[in-house]
Amino acid sequence: MQNEVILKVETLTKRFGGVVAVDDVSFKLQKGEFLGLIGPNGSGKTTLINLITGFVKPTSGKITYREKEITGKAPYTIACLGISRSFQMVRTFHKLPAFKNLIVPLYSPRVKKLGGGKYGERDDIAVDLLDDLGFERDSFVPYKVAGSLPHGYLKRLDLARCMALRPDLLILDELFSGMAMSEVAATLPMIEKFNREGLTIVMAEHRLKELFRVANRVIVLNFGRRIADGPPKEVMNKEEVQKAYLGTEVEG
Amino acid sequence: MTEAVRYRRERIDRGIKARSDSIFMLSSYREMLYLVLPRVLPIAALLCLPLAMGGSYWGKVIFYACIFALLALSWDLLASVGLVSLGQALFFGIGSYVAGGFNFYLKWPIFLTIPVATLGGALICTVLLVPVVRLRGVYFSMVTLIIPLLFDHLIETLGILGGTHGLLSLTPFPNHWLAIYIAVIAVVGCLFGFRRMITEDYGLVLRGIKDDDRVVMAGGINIYWYKAQAIFIASAVGCFAGALMTHYYQFVGRSAFALDNTILPLAGAVLGGPGSFAGATLGTFILVPLSEALRALGGLRMALYGIILIAALAVLPEGIFHYIERKYHQFERDVRI
Repeated sequence: MQNEVILKVETLTKRFGGVVAVDDVSFKLQKGEFLGLIGPNGSGKTTLINLITGFVKPTSGKITYREKEITGKAPYTIACLGISRSFQMVRTFHKLPAFKNLIVPLYSPRVKKLGGGKYGERDDIAVDLLDDLGFERDSFVPYKVAGSLPHGYLKRLDLARCMALRPDLLILDELFSGMAMSEVAATLPMIEKFNREGLTIVMAEHRLKELFRVANRVIVLNFGRRIADGPPKEVMNKEEVQKAYLGTEVEG
Repeated sequence: MTEAVRYRRERIDRGIKARSDSIFMLSSYREMLYLVLPRVLPIAALLCLPLAMGGSYWGKVIFYACIFALLALSWDLLASVGLVSLGQALFFGIGSYVAGGFNFYLKWPIFLTIPVATLGGALICTVLLVPVVRLRGVYFSMVTLIIPLLFDHLIETLGILGGTHGLLSLTPFPNHWLAIYIAVIAVVGCLFGFRRMITEDYGLVLRGIKDDDRVVMAGGINIYWYKAQAIFIASAVGCFAGALMTHYYQFVGRSAFALDNTILPLAGAVLGGPGSFAGATLGTFILVPLSEALRALGGLRMALYGIILIAALAVLPEGIFHYIERKYHQFERDVRI
């Protein structure tokens, strides 16, 4: 299964009126790759993710997922093909207990088709998934109302929601934003583990130090353009990248 | 040596809830009664009330209350999916006219017209509303408000389906009791059925669409398909209410699309507390008899009705049912320590 292209983005462009949010971006993603997506604020990272996952329709360009064109398809169709995404601003069903948040993806046609997760079993699967992500089953945390949980837990709940869909491609939009250092340190190995188990991951992130520990390839966006692509070390040495960041956010 | 017996006050519902809201640990009949009473009481009341009233004027009022309770339940279901409907009159009117039309023109018997009106009417309503499920918030409400008015004017100007006179002398129910008990059983069935449905996994998905439809889409669920399903279920209930009313009155006219049929169930649901179904039922069973009782006042009736409604909403904005529910969970007992 080596060198199988899972996602192909060709000359993707999105204009919001006069603003070109994503400008002629092309790249290929191999199966099992861990791609970091970085760039200054407003460089088009989230728009690119929204384009791939169908939440925003592209102005032009083509997106192919596993040799199937998904350009402009509905978000739920794309999710059912196995692309799961998290949201930058935490989005949970705050009135429901944490584990009930996972019922929605577990109820999707994709998970139903993959087998399991029928009838009352969904609750158990949800608690299992949360347990894997640090919601200790014997504590009351998985059963607490989501709205009462701290932000770090909500971010991990969002990650669990993505994993509940049993994705082949996981797209994380600034998972670490607003997380404490200890929470980041606890979550990072989990994501690494998912990647080692064969999951392809795209991760938009501002915390470069943590990202570079796990990502084996980085794409840098600036004003919607892809200005660099390659292993983290090489990319950060490029003059253009350093200019884009003005030296302010480059760590280590 | 006698030691003083000491007691501690404890909430009843704390002790019997095991971990979640749906698993209970019961150790006495009192605890069972605590759980069973709020469920049995409304059923018993609904089944006994018509017997107590008999065929009198107030017996008919109970029938009207059931009809509006069905419409309120249907409104509450749509509201649970985030679709705020102002078109209960659409469901009611379509159900009325389908039942009335088949009975008047084709002489279909009553046991055929009501099911056909329920399912066929729901299909018509769903087809009418599916193009606008992508609209959110007030835009969806406006469309649902306009469609019944549209039908009203179509019937008036084209003179179809009896035009301004309506369809007269339709088949009545064999007797008053059958009509009223069909209505009562429908209300009980919908009330408990919807309450169960909304806590099942299916209902969680529906409620998820209300909370955050983008997350539900990211979860791989076609929200428009689920919204269409919710519209079908809700409009089936509304059409059923319309069909019952048509045969009870033995008449269907343009009044079926009147705004009253939208506003009264909505007021009932808001007064009782939306989102719980029980609140919607309770609210209409307060408002309908109240509006009948105020009939004696003549012209001042609607004004006083409005004042009572505003006062109730100002004092209990959460809704009567949510208030009662909260207080019920706060019941305490003495526990020996």
